[in-house]
Amino acid sequence: MSVAPRPAVPAKPSSSTPNFAHERNDSVSTPPPPQQTVYDRSLARKRGEVSLSAFAYIFSEAVQYCHSRSKDVSELEHRLNLLGRHIGVRVLELTVLREGKNAKRETRLMPMLQFVHTHIWRTLFNRPADSMQVSTEEQLQYMIIDHRPLVTEYISVPRDMSQLNCAALVAGIVQSVFSAAQFPCKVTAHSMGTDEFPDRTVYVVKFEDSVLKRV
Amino acid sequence: MSKVRTIGADVWKHKTDKVSLELFTLMYGSIVSQLCDDFEHDYTKVNQQLDKMGYNIGLRLIEEVLAKTGLPRCHSFRETADAVTRVGFKMFLNITPQLGNWSVDNKQFSIIFPPGTNPLVEFVECYDERARRELWYSNILAGVIRGALEMVQLSCETEFVSDVLQGAAQTELRVKIIKVLEDEVPQGEE
Repeated sequence: MSVAPRPAVPAKPSSSTPNFAHERNDSVSTPPPPQQTVYDRSLARKRGEVSLSAFAYIFSEAVQYCHSRSKDVSELEHRLNLLGRHIGVRVLELTVLREGKNAKRETRLMPMLQFVHTHIWRTLFNRPADSMQVSTEEQLQYMIIDHRPLVTEYISVPRDMSQLNCAALVAGIVQSVFSAAQFPCKVTAHSMGTDEFPDRTVYVVKFEDSVLKRV
Repeated sequence: MSKVRTIGADVWKHKTDKVSLELFTLMYGSIVSQLCDDFEHDYTKVNQQLDKMGYNIGLRLIEEVLAKTGLPRCHSFRETADAVTRVGFKMFLNITPQLGNWSVDNKQFSIIFPPGTNPLVEFVECYDERARRELWYSNILAGVIRGALEMVQLSCETEFVSDVLQGAAQTELRVKIIKVLEDEVPQGEE
């Protein structure tokens, strides 16, 4: 957008209203207020569905875009994680709100993990996650396991990027859900396929020490 | 013609794996917002990037459409437009936008989304003044349609001319058909 230079005109005597105010009123007509804004619509109702392929198409474009801007696999995963974080905060709010009268703010770690495993997963994928484990090696480390992650369903990873797991997106979502609920953590996605579930993905949730007080 | 009317709904009902609309909407929102950051709020570039992503999708999406519907060749642009809204939009997004504003020569038409029907903008509000003027939030759809039609030998231009997010009464996507591309016979075949 460029603004054409104005022809030199003799300075007008200053008036009470500055010039640009006039110009604005002339050129930009304020649009009429829409009858219904996005805030007038109830969030309580579920909004229906779209086809899985529609999601897969835009996700695949997102992955390609992130790939084009990344040097290596870890940066790509980081970028996907960032995309997910944007989603997580909103999903948490939406899920809690939809519980209606039963809505509850989880303040203890185990119920919160359970909530993510069951309710957040249901909002996102229409089913709970497959299992949850406590790490035996490290304190404050938990694992949420998904046998068939929806986001990687149509993705085949090239051999030279074999470490890549595009479920990094979901890791970002989960991380931001926990963080928004005041359980700061880092979440990473790891492919741990089995014969039965080749896409099986383990989300490793590593909480910060401050969470220890609320175990 | 009658096939076009029902087949989209049919595929949606019986041949489609589905995913929650919220996940889809939030995913798209996250992409747009990331693009705005990456291109430092140069909305012209954001629009271009969204259009490019859509175009890539369109090129691949048409194959799924044809495979799942077995749609016959369209004999007029009106039939094509009908197929885009009743089959394309229906089987992927479960909506059937309206058609309108046909030009006299039947080569230009608008795909119209009344408020509350565009799934991409389900939770979206555009409050930044400049973004309200310059960003075509759903521009990916323009690319998708251009890409998909190109694969069935229709070269066209697509652009949004109004958007509910910009304060308009409805969202309107203008499609101009430029020409029918000649069928390219693969080498060595007559």
